[in-house]
Amino acid sequence: MGSRTALYDKHIAAGARIVDFGGWDMPVNYGSQKEEHHAVRQNAGIFDVSHMTIVDLQGERTQEFLRFLLANDVAKVSDPGKALYTCMLNESGGVIDDLIVYYFSPSDYRLVVNASTREKDLAWIRKHAADFCVAVNERGELAMVAVQGPKARELAAVVIDAEWRQQALAMQPFYGLHAGDLFVARTGYTGEDGWEILMPAARAGQIWDALLEAGVVPCGLGARDTLRLEAAMNLYGNDMDEDVSPLEAGLGWTIAWEPADRAFIGRGPLAEKKADTNKQRFVGLLLEGKGVLRGHQKIVVEGVGEGEITSGGYSPTIERSIALARVPAGDYENAKVDIRGKLLDVRLVKTPFVRNGQIRIDV
Amino acid sequence: MSEMPGDLQYTKEHEWLRREEDGSVTIGITDHAQSALGDLVYVELPEVGQDLDVDGEMAVVESVKAASDVYAPISGNVLAVNEALADVPETINTDPYGEGWIVRLQPAGEIDESSMMSPDDYQTLLDELDEVDD
Repeated sequence: MGSRTALYDKHIAAGARIVDFGGWDMPVNYGSQKEEHHAVRQNAGIFDVSHMTIVDLQGERTQEFLRFLLANDVAKVSDPGKALYTCMLNESGGVIDDLIVYYFSPSDYRLVVNASTREKDLAWIRKHAADFCVAVNERGELAMVAVQGPKARELAAVVIDAEWRQQALAMQPFYGLHAGDLFVARTGYTGEDGWEILMPAARAGQIWDALLEAGVVPCGLGARDTLRLEAAMNLYGNDMDEDVSPLEAGLGWTIAWEPADRAFIGRGPLAEKKADTNKQRFVGLLLEGKGVLRGHQKIVVEGVGEGEITSGGYSPTIERSIALARVPAGDYENAKVDIRGKLLDVRLVKTPFVRNGQIRIDV
Repeated sequence: MSEMPGDLQYTKEHEWLRREEDGSVTIGITDHAQSALGDLVYVELPEVGQDLDVDGEMAVVESVKAASDVYAPISGNVLAVNEALADVPETINTDPYGEGWIVRLQPAGEIDESSMMSPDDYQTLLDELDEVDD
């Protein structure tokens, strides 16, 4: 038996199929992954993401610490509640994890990091935080749900106290807000509008029930993966890991090179790699015919070289298979994928594949 | 609780076999198997006329989650494949024992009955798997 979130019994009651995810017993679906996927694209779905790790950082030098720890620059953010997406790198410029950091004040930040990387992340953060006298406080007592979809905010507003509701509804994308004992952020991992809501674990069941009552559909990790793939959002462990730099994973935009004198972990090796980024591209692929693209399948570009799919799957919205892949640099639009020894046609496409319910590529 | 017709034989690989009157055998995957796989989105079928060896690759079923090999439960020659699955693979989800059949084989030689399970035996296997899950 793995770890269980505060909502485990709710998942069982909703008919979940439970799988192990990084040591957690999590719902993969509640019947049909495709229907859950469509619910998020067309209406609203709820995901239990309580397995993710929430870490609060406090201390006078917290901003200075995060400017050293993270590849993106938290100094870019000075609006209370504003979120920033960033990678945390090792000394070689490989990705230890990707995370969201919320700014409250220069001495007060919150990180939300992945579940599967919890232990190494905490060890890394604590090791470096000590040098800056920053207190690292894991908030294991909090539960977290993501309510996602075009109707998500409208339907989820019922769980926010009236005192905070208008302010929450008016909040811009990539901001978070303390609303009583909830923390509500307009963030997500689906390519749709919505909120991520953090709450005391003791209230999680009641909030879950209220959201289902409001018409929000329970969705499992399966739909979460197909939704993030359509949105071309990277998955740690698939699209990048400690041997892959952000530059090789389509995450160059998250690295803050300016100011040039900011020393952050991994900067030196990363700058060297930047000089020869022309070797590889991180791209979206569409399978022209039938079949399913999967991680680790080989991409063959005639006369150019070979690449590899990092994340692939079936897109319920496009009804074709799509993938993210590292491929050789060069000016080409078509390639082949090796699926069980057969070479099938794939086309390079500009990502995201789907955003806000709309297909964004030529099918 | 999985559905399970009483007139079929089952294997520990979660396949079902129906002995047709003409001596051929129709094969598919069980309700338990389709449920575990999740929504099917692609099925790769063998060629009609192809000879299959017992436990050799017969088909590949791909769900939203993963690709899974379906192995031939008996040796035989492929008489027919369910072409409709190419366009509507989810038929395996909705009707695994009927319209969701995968392959019809002409058995090569005697069928090894010891590897076949009765509905009751298969139910016992599923009950044991449930216990492991819990």
